[in-house]
Amino acid sequence: MSHSFDEISAQLRGRHRKSARLKWISMGALGLAGLFLVLFFADMLNKGLPAFQQAYVQVELEYNEDAASMGRAAMDPEVSRVVSRSFERLIPGMIRDNPDLLGTTEQRWVLTNGDVDQYLKGHRSKLSEAEREVVDELVDSGQVALKFNTTFFSRGDSKMAENAGIMAAAVGTVMTMLVTLAIAFPIGVMTAVYLEEFAPDNRLTQIIEININNLAAIPSILFGLLGLAIFINFFGVPRSSPLVGGMTLALMTLPVIIIATRTALRSVPDSIRHAAFGVGCSRWQVVRDHVLPLAMPGIMTGSIIGLAQAMGETAPLIIVGMVAFIPDVGASFTQAATVLPAQVFTWAGEPERAFVEKTAGGILVLLSILIFLNASAVILRKKFERRW
Amino acid sequence: MNIQVAERSTASMSRPESGQPVTRNTEANHELSIRVRDLNLWYGDSQALKNLNIDLYQKNVTALIGPSGCGKSTFLRCLNRMNDLIPSVRIKGLVEMDGHDVNAPKMDEVALRRRVGMVFQKPNPFPKSIYDNVVYAPRMHDLVSRKPEQDELVEKALRDAGLWEEVKDKLHQPGTSLSGGQQQRLCIARAIAVQPDVILMDEPTSALDPISTATIEDLMDRLKQKFTIITVTHNMQQAARVADYTAFFHLGEIIEYNDTRTMFSNPATKKAEDYITGRYG
Ligand SMILES: Nc1ncnc2c1ncn2[C@@H]1O[C@H](COP(=O)(O)OP(=O)(O)OP(=O)(O)O)[C@@H](O)[C@H]1O
Ligand SMILES: [Mg+2]
Repeated sequence: MSHSFDEISAQLRGRHRKSARLKWISMGALGLAGLFLVLFFADMLNKGLPAFQQAYVQVELEYNEDAASMGRAAMDPEVSRVVSRSFERLIPGMIRDNPDLLGTTEQRWVLTNGDVDQYLKGHRSKLSEAEREVVDELVDSGQVALKFNTTFFSRGDSKMAENAGIMAAAVGTVMTMLVTLAIAFPIGVMTAVYLEEFAPDNRLTQIIEININNLAAIPSILFGLLGLAIFINFFGVPRSSPLVGGMTLALMTLPVIIIATRTALRSVPDSIRHAAFGVGCSRWQVVRDHVLPLAMPGIMTGSIIGLAQAMGETAPLIIVGMVAFIPDVGASFTQAATVLPAQVFTWAGEPERAFVEKTAGGILVLLSILIFLNASAVILRKKFERRW
Repeated sequence: MNIQVAERSTASMSRPESGQPVTRNTEANHELSIRVRDLNLWYGDSQALKNLNIDLYQKNVTALIGPSGCGKSTFLRCLNRMNDLIPSVRIKGLVEMDGHDVNAPKMDEVALRRRVGMVFQKPNPFPKSIYDNVVYAPRMHDLVSRKPEQDELVEKALRDAGLWEEVKDKLHQPGTSLSGGQQQRLCIARAIAVQPDVILMDEPTSALDPISTATIEDLMDRLKQKFTIITVTHNMQQAARVADYTAFFHLGEIIEYNDTRTMFSNPATKKAEDYITGRYG
């Protein structure tokens, strides 16, 4: 029995309505997710951008005998009330290191204390009425101003908010990631190459494969416990060091790299392998000269994403002691260090108002690095995308 | 059971003994290149090749014909041990080249593949430049090292493959940028660059247009001056045009092996006749 167009359309109307409804629901979900993302970024930018500026005061420093023991004596007492104590403490050392300074004077922009900074940024601060007047006057005369916060990008952590910076953590992150990459990349790639190109497909390799996939799903904090038990307690790797942190994160990144590499190897068409075997390549030559170069973009994207994941990781590093107070920029792989997310975590726990913006500022730095890494992964993939 | 079948077919269809051709191509060369005796091959439990016996002759073109799934590609891969790459394969029987058993444990499959090159059904140049496609294998096998030698070898291989005139100005462009027919000739150049004795071709023209096909057929005719060519084809006219010998496969057996003229004018078996004349069901 045949139906007219009208009959069929009547039947279809309900179906069309249903699919339109589903479309709206999914678009709504997407919109909501987008909205949360925008709100999150707006909040972080709002809170974090002020951290990139800091209040500085212009002082006249008079290097006299008193200042050699008590830094405060080098400054006009009125002005010295707004100067950061972290700077006052530096003065005796400066004189000791360079005795020629004694008896000279110098104009210099130095950090104010955190309260002045917060006051200038319009936040609540503990300044008294009188102090506020002093600050207002100095602002009017151009002796106190907000400037780009070089301290934030060049120093390590500090108990004084105005003196706290992200540099020690950034260097710690770089060193930790170097260790992670140096361990996880070669081992991961070679493991994947073995499993994909050399290993026979038997029970044993299937079990290994399943376990590697499981490894990728293990909560990261367990890797921290493993790192603590094996690397620190058994092998005696120094606690809190980029070495032990990097090794621990390598355990976590390994399955990601293995899985990414296997996928990349599998996407190389067999016709290329056959061509290579056909001209008399040994198995290793097939892999080295033909398969690996073609899989490399995929391997690199996977590794970068794995690394970005490791970079944002805090939990396992807490366990191996990398969430520490690190005032100095680290110089070796075995010294105590901290990493960006751990630094953010530490600052988030500080009670002072000034640390709120440090926290958000740290998050912004971390986010920009992660976005940069992920974007480069995408660009790599696009650039080397192949047509066979 | 299989042996019985083989015997019956031998008896009833007067199949020549030991793959000896019934009649010989008078102008052709008859030096033995590859000798196959009682070759059986299984994929897991299913037998794909049954008691094959055939002598393949040097500097001739031998065509393998037969319906789809009858084991032509499988047989071809036995000759350069490409079946090693398929884990489930089990082989029994003799494939002999130069007095050496190809499947013997001490035979190095890399050495074998250097002497027995292969051209595949779908053109598969390496995603490298045209130049590197040709020079890769000779360099790997240490046949050439110095740059002038390499240039010379690339030019010679490309000339032999009839591709030189078309690509001489763009040797450093990717091989994959060529047309399908050009890519296939590049693959032939790649195969002959290591100076093999035998070239196996698995339906080399099935993905090509008639003009490229004709070019490659001409090429096979010229290449047999230097190489032994064994080719699989579904195109009867092609087999008749280029092959000196033709083997007809059916369900994993060689039903008839003969010189091409006899095979096409006066086939000894009913099955071959039906297949060649297109009556195969
Ligand atoms: N890798 C493999 N694993 C299992 N069985 C296979 C494999 N390759 C081929 N076979 C089987 O072996 C038999 C012969 O296959 P083969 O590819 O040699 O046929 P062919 O004659 O080349 O066919 P065509 O003309 O379609 O290319 C077929 O029944 C096929 O199903
Ligand atoms: Mg085939």
